[in-house]
Amino acid sequence: MSDLLSNNSQQTESVINVNNLSLTFPTSDGDVHALSEIDLTINRGDFVSFIGPSGCGKTTLLRVIADLEQATSGSIDVNGMTPHEARLARAYGYVFQAASLYPWRTISKNVALPLEIMGLDAAVIRERVRKNMELVDLAGFEKKYPWQLSGGMQQRASIARALAVEPDLLLMDEPFGALDEIVRDHLNEQLLKLWAQTNKTVVFVTHSIPEAVYLSNRIVVMSPRPGRIHDVIESNLPRDRELSIRETPEFLTLANRVRDGLRAGHSYDEVA
Amino acid sequence: MNTNAAQTVIAGNANATDQLVTPVKYRFMERALLSCAGVVSLLSLVLGGKIWLAAVLLVAAYASFRVIPQSRLTAAVATGVASLLAAYVLLGQVNIAESRQPLGFWFQVIAAWLLAWMCVEQLSAIKTLSRSYAGLLNIIIPVLFGVWLLLLWELLTQGFNVPQVLLPAPSLIAERFVSSPHILWADFQQTFLKAVLIGYAIGCGAGFVVAILIDRSPFLQRGLLPIGNLVSALPIVGVAPIMVMWFGFDWPSKAAVVIIMTFFPMLVNTVAGLSAATPMQHDLMKTYAASYWQSLFKLRLPEALPFIFNALKINSTLAMIGAIVAEFFGTPTVGMGFRISTEVGRMNVDMVWAEIAVAAVAGSLFYGAVALTERVFTFWHPSIRG
Repeated sequence: MSDLLSNNSQQTESVINVNNLSLTFPTSDGDVHALSEIDLTINRGDFVSFIGPSGCGKTTLLRVIADLEQATSGSIDVNGMTPHEARLARAYGYVFQAASLYPWRTISKNVALPLEIMGLDAAVIRERVRKNMELVDLAGFEKKYPWQLSGGMQQRASIARALAVEPDLLLMDEPFGALDEIVRDHLNEQLLKLWAQTNKTVVFVTHSIPEAVYLSNRIVVMSPRPGRIHDVIESNLPRDRELSIRETPEFLTLANRVRDGLRAGHSYDEVA
Repeated sequence: MNTNAAQTVIAGNANATDQLVTPVKYRFMERALLSCAGVVSLLSLVLGGKIWLAAVLLVAAYASFRVIPQSRLTAAVATGVASLLAAYVLLGQVNIAESRQPLGFWFQVIAAWLLAWMCVEQLSAIKTLSRSYAGLLNIIIPVLFGVWLLLLWELLTQGFNVPQVLLPAPSLIAERFVSSPHILWADFQQTFLKAVLIGYAIGCGAGFVVAILIDRSPFLQRGLLPIGNLVSALPIVGVAPIMVMWFGFDWPSKAAVVIIMTFFPMLVNTVAGLSAATPMQHDLMKTYAASYWQSLFKLRLPEALPFIFNALKINSTLAMIGAIVAEFFGTPTVGMGFRISTEVGRMNVDMVWAEIAVAAVAGSLFYGAVALTERVFTFWHPSIRG
């Protein structure tokens, strides 16, 4: 991929390199080609979205980066390491589709979970929990249990949990998919602010076109059967964006390009 | 409904717009119970029952019927007091051993029982937001229910002169209870405090530890689980004599039977509980590069707790049964099972019932203690947080 097109004004050092990567799941009905010949480079400070219909392999690609799945062929490195080494080095924070908070732990205890596993000092844990709960606007809810909070608050807590590890790389798998439109807009705004403040690299899986265009500086359009990259769209929108940017002609042009890419990638009846 | 309300308002006349009176609504049960109680106590008059008692029952039924719309509590108190008073009088009557009671007596028993039913019915229908009041009701209702069960038992066995060997009256059992506390305590110590508790602790502990061991080894899981299944299917009457031969007459052989009975439920439930965590939760631990033991203690064991407590509850009753039955196959001359088997032989059925009462109370308290502990540890589970 061309680094020159990247909007990122900072050094264009690559964080994730994917070369000719394929992944096949053997099933009783024959092999399923989840990913086929993927080439992709993600640079430091990028906000990259994977977008595509169900079955296009966008989540699988994210899971390969996170070492939750292993590629069948091709190569991939994360921070110059194999995904396995990167996972053991806790190089990334992962946010799942559901908040997946442990109901027997309070919110602050949930945020502290990865830090306890890393074996950090109690004082460090306390400080990081406080900081990240504040970052996602959950200060005051430390003593609550997950089931006492709304879905949006739970998902924010799970983002705080991923951030508490203080990774440079944030992997998010349709984190706002189950939330309603208003909450989703609000969290999108917060996420952008967070990205601007911390300058993390974010890889974001979604199937919402406005969400992908609003958040990203690069949009990877994928298509199914076999899962492959159809197009990579560079965004020329400024890094500081308000929600109102979604009404501008530039935004709509980008959104149309993404939509055209999605359409070209597969026949209409597969969209469902 | 609406027209009813409107009529009440019109009847209420002045200030009708300010005060909306809710229409009186009787439930079917209330009508049925109270009218039956009324009819039955009227009949008891004709059939030779005590006249003043019939009057009391009748008045109580009528008064509670009238007072229901204002206060269910008052209705409950009225019926409850009347029924207990009637029971007291009737018990006095049955004790002055006439060989046969007149039919009116039994009609009054029925009427008193219907009023007691009504009382519990009213108490159960009370809706309250106060937690302490609700808690009090939760105790009073089962206690009243239990008391009336005992009263009916007493009245029926005495009134019909049921032979003691078939079913002794509760009062006889209570007398035996009071007259032989030392024997009961010694039996309780031998059977419950030694065989049951020690066997339960070892059996549950071993089941848990083996489940953890099995968890890391698919070979053991495939090999050991079916064998464990086999052991749990062994008939206790076959195992108990063998344990007596292995471990002697005293409590260790009974504890061994309890261990065999409690081991497998614990093993199976813990193994099932350890696989209760969802793939996403496992993935989460994986992204933290958590070790086997970290994900065991921080994810899988908490997730398994509801299963483990299920086994602990099942085992609390199994352990009681196991220890008592095991004593039928050779014991020193003490123990609840030993006492039951010998006293049955001597036709001392009241002693048997006293032992049964001890076993029932001890078993319920044991189960209750485990259930309370469960609430403390799995407060977060949907089945408990409510």
